[in-house]
Amino acid sequence: MKAKIIVMPKKTVLDPQGKTVQHALESLGFKGIQEVRIGKFIEVELKAGKKAALKKKLEDACHKLLSNPVIEDYEFTIK
Amino acid sequence: MKFGIIQFPGSNCDQDAYHALANVFGQPTRYIWHKDSTIGAVDCVVVPGGFSYGDYLRTGAIARFSPAMQAVAAHAKAGGLVIGICNGFQILCEAQLLPGALIRNKGLKFICEHVFVRVETTDSPFTHAGRQGQILRIPIAHGEGCYFAEPAVIAELEHKHQVLVRYSTQDGKVTAAANPNGSAGNIAGICNASRNVFGLMPHPERASESALGSEDGRVIFDSILRSAVMA
Repeated sequence: MKAKIIVMPKKTVLDPQGKTVQHALESLGFKGIQEVRIGKFIEVELKAGKKAALKKKLEDACHKLLSNPVIEDYEFTIK
Repeated sequence: MKFGIIQFPGSNCDQDAYHALANVFGQPTRYIWHKDSTIGAVDCVVVPGGFSYGDYLRTGAIARFSPAMQAVAAHAKAGGLVIGICNGFQILCEAQLLPGALIRNKGLKFICEHVFVRVETTDSPFTHAGRQGQILRIPIAHGEGCYFAEPAVIAELEHKHQVLVRYSTQDGKVTAAANPNGSAGNIAGICNASRNVFGLMPHPERASESALGSEDGRVIFDSILRSAVMA
């Protein structure tokens, strides 16, 4: 099974990288871009198991290591 | 006073800290390897600057889980002194020994230059050899030094006088222009609520000898040494 995890800077956290990319897109002529935010995408291969247990394990991993709850939010899917 | 400097793979200011403490201040100093689960009899732990574990995932994120850091957390809990410099500050935040986090500099650039910081309070083992309002010229060298915490956390830090140093102009004005990295409230360094753990982005160990262009960093180490006399 594979978990796909997205870690994003919290809305309250400054994302200068996203801002800079947004400005670059605008100067390239891309219209109507309202906001760009840049985060991380993490793939984790998992030994097959009960979804609830895997979910709990991933929550723990995201909370302890894969994200920093002070500055980031995360979400994931398991397939 | 016995100092222990933690060495992680990727630490690169460990020898600067060693030189300052052992050679400039003449203190018994030794390295502690990150895989050691005990830190031995040390009075003050230094978590040095660098790029521990290549800054993978987030700065300080992996170092936090090393055996030595578990021992440092226990040392801190028992009231022992801990100073984290630059990457050390980032690690202490990740380890939740200090609140908040250090994120990418507002201007995105890695900044390596001397800056001015203002001593906000002398009520700490890390600043009591200084004067309140004293201006120190100390170098910074970081890409991720923008201090962030939720407004309620910042308010508490301010209320409890846990901000020990703040970026300022040469004459002590705390302005946006004097803030090199976008840190909340121009914060350059904070201590924990029990005041025995200190993290700062500037490098006092690189400003401890006149040959290095500034001796202002001595205030921090003089304070630590004096706290041993007082204890």
